[in-house]
Amino acid sequence: MEPVTLTVNGATRRLFVPPQRTLLETVREDLGLTGTKHGCELGECGACTVLIDGVPILSCLTLTVNATDCEIVTIEGIGSMTEPHPLQRSFGEHGAAQCGYCTPAMILTAKALLDRDPNPSEETIAEAIAGNMCRCTGYLSILSAVAAVTEENQ
Amino acid sequence: MLRLPPLRYEAPSTLEEAVALLAEDGALLAAGGSDLVPNLKRRQYPTARTIVSLRRVADLVGIRVESDGTIRIAALTTLATVVEDSRLPKVLREAAGAVASPQIRNQGTVGGNLCVDTRCDWLNVPDTWRQAAEPCLKAGGEMCWVAPAKKDCWAVSSSDLAPVMVALGAEVQLIGPDGRRSIPIEQLYRNDGMAYLTKTTEEILTEVVIGPHAGLRATYRKLRRRGSIDFPILGVAAAVRLDDADICTEARIVLGAVASAPLRVPTSEEVLVGRTYNAETIAEAAEAARKLARPLNNTDLTSRYRTRMIPVFVRRALEELG
Ligand SMILES: Cc1cc2nc3c(=O)[nH]c(=O)nc-3n(C[C@H](O)[C@H](O)[C@H](O)COP(=O)(O)OP(=O)(O)OC[C@H]3O[C@@H](n4cnc5c(N)ncnc54)[C@H](O)[C@@H]3O)c2cc1C
Ligand code: FES
Ligand code: FES
Repeated sequence: MEPVTLTVNGATRRLFVPPQRTLLETVREDLGLTGTKHGCELGECGACTVLIDGVPILSCLTLTVNATDCEIVTIEGIGSMTEPHPLQRSFGEHGAAQCGYCTPAMILTAKALLDRDPNPSEETIAEAIAGNMCRCTGYLSILSAVAAVTEENQ
Repeated sequence: MLRLPPLRYEAPSTLEEAVALLAEDGALLAAGGSDLVPNLKRRQYPTARTIVSLRRVADLVGIRVESDGTIRIAALTTLATVVEDSRLPKVLREAAGAVASPQIRNQGTVGGNLCVDTRCDWLNVPDTWRQAAEPCLKAGGEMCWVAPAKKDCWAVSSSDLAPVMVALGAEVQLIGPDGRRSIPIEQLYRNDGMAYLTKTTEEILTEVVIGPHAGLRATYRKLRRRGSIDFPILGVAAAVRLDDADICTEARIVLGAVASAPLRVPTSEEVLVGRTYNAETIAEAAEAARKLARPLNNTDLTSRYRTRMIPVFVRRALEELG
């Protein structure tokens, strides 16, 4: 077992994990944050994306020990049912979440983009979410949902 | 969930300690882990016992551009860093940007990309699938499912940066039990799907160095099913130098994902050197590439299609440099 200290959605968490534990397993199974989804578990779908120090990373490919001392943000950390993040509200309004499986990762990926570049072009948005598969929407409603919350459009 | 096998974890703070740890049985080096982790989950390394992570080793991250134009990229520099560095040649930034997906480029490193394991449709599947057939050579068995008549492994070299680095004539710095050495990157690779690197398992790639390259025009073209996430199923890196009269004085054409190593195409290079760089010589050079490479049916799309795309991609790459 390896000792790890993570800041998850602002709270410090100290835990012991086997070295082969992935951050996806830790977040979902040790911390109970099941908003982070598991799809392929091989790096191919993006559903497990979390923000590590503000950067979108695939939690299924990350060893929890390697994330020690990092700041992790999952979908639970950016808004709530009563106070949704502007992206969460916009995804709802644009029908950008159908089955919803890709949505937490999509929103976190879009948030990381907007934090860096508050006015991305549609092309930049499309490039930013190019690692997130969606099997339902055909992506266009997702692009519109993200474009609606750029600084310009707010 | 698809889980990793039980492993020991070491994160030494010096390269020397890392080299010593890598000498132990079942030790595997991890940089970003974006190739290692999925391969381990699919149980492609049944003897794996220990992960040796380089994340605590100092000075393995960063890009230096020296006054004569020499570029030094430390091995643990992420692909995203390469994409964003405006001092770097466009060809490098585009090739790094063509790797996998944005998330993987945030995690994957240049060293890991240059050492990425070779791939094959028969091998890179979950172990439950692999168990449904006799194990192939690379899985520890006796035969190859792709070319059963031969006793060779044809797993595909799938790095996007490797062909570009070969075309740019880069060198790699290695550290091992006998100290440090530097070799032309072309010599790092071996056209053997199993032993695809010439370095020993204890040797760590610390830096890739691209010497002064003023006046060299270079580009990279990648074929894959989708515009993102997918590995290359054909990569063409081309670098040429033209004199004032448009005579080609130097040419390097390197194919990725058609063999177990990046493949130089001397037949095409010879067509170009000494000739005027125009549509006719480009067409001739592109045609000459067709004869050399024989991709097999062990990655996405058919080998017939990939073979036919070789001259097309070589021509398009060369046209771009005109
Ligand atoms: C879905 C998916 C798509 C992908 N698509 C692409 C693609 O399009 N193009 C592409 O090129 N790659 C692709 N990859 C492979 C991989 O993500 C990248 O090549 C990445 O750059 C590997 O870097 P890493 O640091 O994560 O490597 P790691 O996984 O850490 O290492 C990869 C291999 O290199 C060895 N290694 C790592 N660093 C060193 C070093 N410094 N010295 C010696 N050996 C070292 C490791 O032991 C391991 O065998 C893809 C991966 C996935 C999961
Ligand atoms: S679950 Fe991590 S990329 Fe699919
Ligand atoms: S909404 Fe179903 S996968 Fe995207």
